Amino acid sequence: MVPLSYYLVLSGILFACGVIGFLIKRNIITIFLSIELMLNGVNLSFVAFAAHWHALAGQVFVFFVMVVAAAEAAVGLAIIIAVYRTRETLNVDRVNLLKL
Amino acid sequence: MTPNLNLWLIPVLPLAGAAINGLFGKKASRAGVSTVALLFTGAAFLWALVAAARFSSVAVSCQEYLFNNPHLAHWIRISGFSADFAFYLDQLSLVMLLVVTGVGFLIHIYSVGYMWDDPGYYRFFSYLNLFMFFMLTLVLANNYLLMFIGWEGVGLASYLLIGFWFTKDSAASAGKKAFIVNRIGDFGFLIGLFLLIRQFGTLNFTQVFDGVTRLTPGAGTETLLTTVGILLMIGACGKSAQIPLYVWLPDAMEGPTPVSALIHAATMVTAGVYMVARSHVIFERAPIALTVVAIIGTLTAFYAATIGIAQTDIKKVLAYSTVSQLGYMFMACGVGAFSAGIFHLMTHAFFKGLLFLGAGSVIHAVGGEQDMRKMGGLKSYVPWTALTMGIATLAITGIPPFAGFWSKDEILWKAYQTSWIYWLIGLVTAFITSFYMFRLYFMTFFGDYRGIRVDEHGHSHIAGGDAAHAHGEPHESPAVMLVPLIILAFLSLVGGLVAIGGSFEHFLAPVFGASEATPASGIASNRGLEIMLMVISVLVAVLGAALAWVLYVSKPYLPQQIAARLGGLYDAVLNKYYVDELYAALFVKPVVDGSTDILWQGVDRKVIDDSINDAADGARHVSDNARRMQSGNLRSYAGWIAAGSAVMIAYMIWLGVAR
Amino acid sequence: MLNVHLMLFVAFGAIALAGAINLLAQTHPINSALSLIAVMAALAGEYLLLGAEFVAAVQIIVYAGAVMVLFVFVIMLLNAGVEERTKGSRVAILFGIPGTLLGSVLVAWAVLQHSGTEAVTAGAWGDRVSQLAPQAVPGSPETIGPLLFHEFLLPFEITSNLILIAIMGAVVLASKPPSAPVEPREGN
Repeated sequence: MVPLSYYLVLSGILFACGVIGFLIKRNIITIFLSIELMLNGVNLSFVAFAAHWHALAGQVFVFFVMVVAAAEAAVGLAIIIAVYRTRETLNVDRVNLLKL
Repeated sequence: MTPNLNLWLIPVLPLAGAAINGLFGKKASRAGVSTVALLFTGAAFLWALVAAARFSSVAVSCQEYLFNNPHLAHWIRISGFSADFAFYLDQLSLVMLLVVTGVGFLIHIYSVGYMWDDPGYYRFFSYLNLFMFFMLTLVLANNYLLMFIGWEGVGLASYLLIGFWFTKDSAASAGKKAFIVNRIGDFGFLIGLFLLIRQFGTLNFTQVFDGVTRLTPGAGTETLLTTVGILLMIGACGKSAQIPLYVWLPDAMEGPTPVSALIHAATMVTAGVYMVARSHVIFERAPIALTVVAIIGTLTAFYAATIGIAQTDIKKVLAYSTVSQLGYMFMACGVGAFSAGIFHLMTHAFFKGLLFLGAGSVIHAVGGEQDMRKMGGLKSYVPWTALTMGIATLAITGIPPFAGFWSKDEILWKAYQTSWIYWLIGLVTAFITSFYMFRLYFMTFFGDYRGIRVDEHGHSHIAGGDAAHAHGEPHESPAVMLVPLIILAFLSLVGGLVAIGGSFEHFLAPVFGASEATPASGIASNRGLEIMLMVISVLVAVLGAALAWVLYVSKPYLPQQIAARLGGLYDAVLNKYYVDELYAALFVKPVVDGSTDILWQGVDRKVIDDSINDAADGARHVSDNARRMQSGNLRSYAGWIAAGSAVMIAYMIWLGVAR
Repeated sequence: MLNVHLMLFVAFGAIALAGAINLLAQTHPINSALSLIAVMAALAGEYLLLGAEFVAAVQIIVYAGAVMVLFVFVIMLLNAGVEERTKGSRVAILFGIPGTLLGSVLVAWAVLQHSGTEAVTAGAWGDRVSQLAPQAVPGSPETIGPLLFHEFLLPFEITSNLILIAIMGAVVLASKPPSAPVEPREGN
């Protein structure tokens, strides 16, 4: 059987990849994708713990995380579209004025 | 028991007058202001007479509380020390009291006429009454601390009055100089008082002097008393303008002439002599201190007299004359002849006050001019002034039967009994005094009038002096100014007669007691020797007068030639031996420079201001740098969050592991 | 003997990792999006290995099927091209990456300290699960459902609201702004 720690390590690596992607990517959409990657990593660790401790609440929580991630992705992409309309760029370094 | 004299009334009445004039005088009429001032001062004088009358029937010193109420008079009561607002009357303070109130009242009357045209009329009388209050407190106090209040207060009044025309730079500076130099003396005075408190736990005269007499004689006692004596003398040097703290008195002539008469001739400057006389118990047990007093007094007398020879401003001559005469008083105290010193104080008040008032009258007559070289021949214009000033001049030079003769001779005789050196210097000083006083008299009243005649519209072209008095040809002063002159002239004439038969000394004997019975060098009171010394001093005075006559009346071209021949020496004397310049270079300049460079630029600007500025700059710097974090760059925010969370995680793990 | 579980875990794990690293490495966002889909598929497999059937299905249907499709739509809508290199933030590189790595290492270390190498076993699953379906796989809709609608009813309703709000927000934010100035309407 697979030890819990393996799942957790995998989850941690995915999460770290997500954070690093957030830090080094310049396209705003790619940054969003990194956020989704982070959330996935977290979901994995939730499910792993749910299986380890025999508590289904972990899986239910994953369900909610996914729902919230979906909502967040929708709104975030809408914002990106709005920013793109005014700034004509998807490069996050160019959108560094705190006001439009 | 002792009658209740209500002594507190005497200082408090002028205080009331000062308050009324000060608060309401601005809107009141001249008549109103004068009435208030004269009323309260006159009332104080009257009450002093009443107290004198009552006292003489009892002849026992008495102490009284303010408002006759021990509880209201309660001032400082702490364990180890107490002082009250209480007054003390004995023969010594009685003499001072009568002099201060009497001469003060006369000068108040004179000032009504002299200051009539001045816009600050009410202010003048308010300050003058204030001065009376403080001086009377000084004289009547029953403990050193209350006396010190009076001491400081007269210094304040002096500052206010010297700088009365404060818009004039020289007057304002002179006021400052007087106050500061006095302060230096007061520093010594205070340390002396602290030593007394430490030793005796009280500053009450009776208790301190009791304590002093009960101290076991020994090296420790001697050192303590000598130190206290010298410190008290330093205070007296400041207030009474002795070497080295006399420099303020000539500058104090910037004030109106009645001020010079009252404060800087008759009363305030004599406070030092009074204090030394009051503390005679301390001084008698500290012979070294007493010698110091005598030496300072003698030297000052001679030194100031030499400066007086060359001065051309009439008031400056009188100022140096005052310093010189005060030196005589200290010489007297220094050889143990305290009552002689007080006697000279009294006669000096009469004739010096008269001299100053007369000089004021002269200045008023010639329209504000104070330079004697521009006067002359005034005796035909101002006969009464000339007469009274002549009486005063005779008095100061010590011609019998005028007052000064009796007192000065008393001092010289007692000085001779201690050491012939004192006597000799005193004699030479008497010669010089006679010379310069008659020089003043002849230059002012004899010869031809050398002054500027001003037209009817009263604009004169003179430097210095009160321009308010410019009008017409030299003319006599009004009666309100002449009457005090006449009264003082009368006193200068007869004032010395109280000493005949030693009755003045006898009067003060309960105060000074056995101290004067045995003169230091043990020469018995040899009547013949005394008469011979008297004759010598009169001769010397006449010689001085004669020399002045020659130089200033019969051969007026001579002084110029002599001055030219003496060259540098004459310049030195004319410039007061450059002492002011010396002090300025030695003391004033380093202090001012030190203040500017170290305290102002260094401490105030660099340390205090700059530390605040640097703190503000530092805050701005920090926030400038902190601001960089708000870049608007998404990635840097993310970077900070990642780094921050790593730190948090590390901390939490450490917490967990540490347990 | 071959541990099927372990092999499958490694396989799916490798795909997930490869997808994640590809996401970082690609410059065009569409490639990154497709890599992410791969990651999600791999993770669905992992969930199945852990017995979470429902979650795996939802992962494919919702996450990979709806959210990622949305991402791809937007990438194509905005015609996002290859990233240009711009000067970014030094802080992100200097502090962020070491911080992340440090954080991950610390967490991993802490977790490994405690959980060790116990295997994930199938054991007793708690009251409701055993009541309802003793033979059913824990994580099936039969077991998740009651949990969702009884204990977690409130969060369920709230997330429904949340989605509604998100829809409205997305519509408003992404709509075209009015091109002509709007005349002031009466009554405003």
